[in-house]
Amino acid sequence: MSELSLVESVRVALQEEMQADPTVIVLGEDVGVHGGVFRATDGLQKQFGENRVIDTPLAELGIAGVAIGAAMNGLRPVAEIQFADYIHPAYDQIVNEAAKIRYRSNGTFSCPVVFRAPFGAGVHGGLYHSQSVEALFFHVPGLKIVVPSTPYDCKGLLKSSIRDEDPVLFFEHKKSYRRLRGEVPDEDYVVPLGKADLKRRGSDLSIITYGIGVHLALEASERVAGDGIDVEILDLRTLLPLDTDAIKETVARTSKVLILHEDNKTGGIGAEVAAIIAEESFEELDGPIMRLAAADTHVPYAPELEEAILPNVDDVVAAVRRLAEY
Amino acid sequence: MAPARRKSSTPEKAPAGARGSTSVQRHKTNGVIAVGRQRQLAEHQRLGLSTERLLEMFETMLLARAVDERQWVLNRQGTQPFHISCQGHEGSGVGSAFALDRSRDVMVPYYRSLAAVMAFGMTAKDIMLSALARADDPANGGRQMPAHYGHAKLRILTSGSPVATQIVHAAGAALASKIRGDGGVSIVYFGDGASSKGDFHEGLNFAAIHKLPAIFVCENNHYAISVPSSKQMAVRSVADRAMGYGMFGASIDGSDTLAVYACVMEAAARARAGEGPTLIESNVPRLTPHSSDDDDRRYRPEAEREEARHHDPINVFLRYLQAHHLLTSETEAAIRERVQAEVSLALEEAEAAPMAEPETAFDHVYADVRVPDFRARLYSPMTLPRGPYP
Repeated sequence: MSELSLVESVRVALQEEMQADPTVIVLGEDVGVHGGVFRATDGLQKQFGENRVIDTPLAELGIAGVAIGAAMNGLRPVAEIQFADYIHPAYDQIVNEAAKIRYRSNGTFSCPVVFRAPFGAGVHGGLYHSQSVEALFFHVPGLKIVVPSTPYDCKGLLKSSIRDEDPVLFFEHKKSYRRLRGEVPDEDYVVPLGKADLKRRGSDLSIITYGIGVHLALEASERVAGDGIDVEILDLRTLLPLDTDAIKETVARTSKVLILHEDNKTGGIGAEVAAIIAEESFEELDGPIMRLAAADTHVPYAPELEEAILPNVDDVVAAVRRLAEY
Repeated sequence: MAPARRKSSTPEKAPAGARGSTSVQRHKTNGVIAVGRQRQLAEHQRLGLSTERLLEMFETMLLARAVDERQWVLNRQGTQPFHISCQGHEGSGVGSAFALDRSRDVMVPYYRSLAAVMAFGMTAKDIMLSALARADDPANGGRQMPAHYGHAKLRILTSGSPVATQIVHAAGAALASKIRGDGGVSIVYFGDGASSKGDFHEGLNFAAIHKLPAIFVCENNHYAISVPSSKQMAVRSVADRAMGYGMFGASIDGSDTLAVYACVMEAAARARAGEGPTLIESNVPRLTPHSSDDDDRRYRPEAEREEARHHDPINVFLRYLQAHHLLTSETEAAIRERVQAEVSLALEEAEAAPMAEPETAFDHVYADVRVPDFRARLYSPMTLPRGPYP
């Protein structure tokens, strides 16, 4: 057992998988000599060589396309997009190619690529180092989307993603890269994709969230515990495919739901979760489904502006109190 | 023909290239041999191609043409809603594919690669199964429009409709071969329109940097649907760009099957020797409209379409074989008869083959998760004791 930061857990997972499977390669901008701008791949090129840890040209479409072609020819590439904000040039490759390769070939080809990208706001990164892009891919059949919230989950989920036979988008919240630390077993283990994690049992209401939202929810739930509000927290962990059973189970237990995410609200993951609950757990509800999400703006740079548009712990506490009173 | 094409087949034009030139310069490109040079080896002899091999190439071209022509008939009969043609590209496809090693090389096709994929092992029946969208279509089981080639067992990667995306895949497939050290070369085909996209740049740049065993074949038929090459690029040849990437480049007459063969042989040898990728502009005529939904009389003068027919690669190759006494009229007739019979049989078998079962439409979205049928809950009220469903 070691205490690792989230970004260290990424590195450990990559290292173990590369060691276990010679077909695993890492490619991306600055991932080699430099070890990645966040050091997620630090030391990997030294250990595994330039053939398997590849500094690519500054071209995200190319990174994605090369990874896809290599995957169709027998490798398991882990492609790093330096910031999720820069994944958009690769959208065509990911959505029109990676996502459709199994289906369009009637199951005769697969595309086992992991697209890793740091994402999320709260680090004064402005419009282009802060984006949450999960919803843009959430609508696309054939993709899997994973957002770990702890170092333990991160290592286990990344290992599962690398071993998965289908393309996985693996989004790591950059604000939690270093400030989030946790116990991580030194041995090999996996956390299965498609399974949400009940982070906290409670009886009054459920917060359904993922990524950094989990930590906002945990803090808020401690603050309201003194007022006798008992909050349950469900960490989705995998956004696609969603663990609908876990969503329905928590609704059945608490009958009230707050959906929380840092991505902006309209057309976000929360909209789908709310729709699932409305369709399948209507009879269980004792209150309106609430959503707390970033404003439908871009993420501005100045701290005062950025804080204005992002939900914080106070906002979560306020939402919880309001829902509990209903 | 478009002016660019004539330019590219004039002998004084040197192939573009960063380093060295290719033997292609030496080729006569119209398929007619020079008289009075008996002491020189004929082109096929120089390339070490046996008569048997040459006839195999010829038959593959004829078969691809016959399959293609039959698909137009199916389209006009209303049986095949869409067809996109290879006619005019057969020499380029067959010449290049025959220069490769099917046991270890990877083919990355596009929608005009019918002759290339057949030269790599796809059969007339495979193509007809796809034309009729049957379950046993090895490319995609009827899930894609016709001409979306692919065959896992034959090392032909699956292709989609977006243009140029596959160029980057070839770089990736070549990277995998390099890392494994399996000696494999990846060849990718695309049109002149595709050369305008960012995928072209990013794929070629990556392959050149890492000296990947890749061959990029731009089958330049000088039209992207209706837009001529002159509106697609300011350079005279796509191969001019090779220098900008630091890779070998050649602009060849794609109607000259042996010229294509020679050029791809050289490119493959360089690739296997670790000397990196090659960009080949294979100039071909487009003998049909863009697709079955297109009418090229709207944008292409008749004189130009007529000129294109003079560059039909099948006739060019036929003249070569005849001039070298490699093909008697009896053999030619026998081959043509065999080809027609094969296409008819393939179509018959494809027509008799079953359609895909509707419930398989939910398969293969993921390896391990089957997408549920949305109708199941509508027609199974017992599974939802309450709620707004019937």
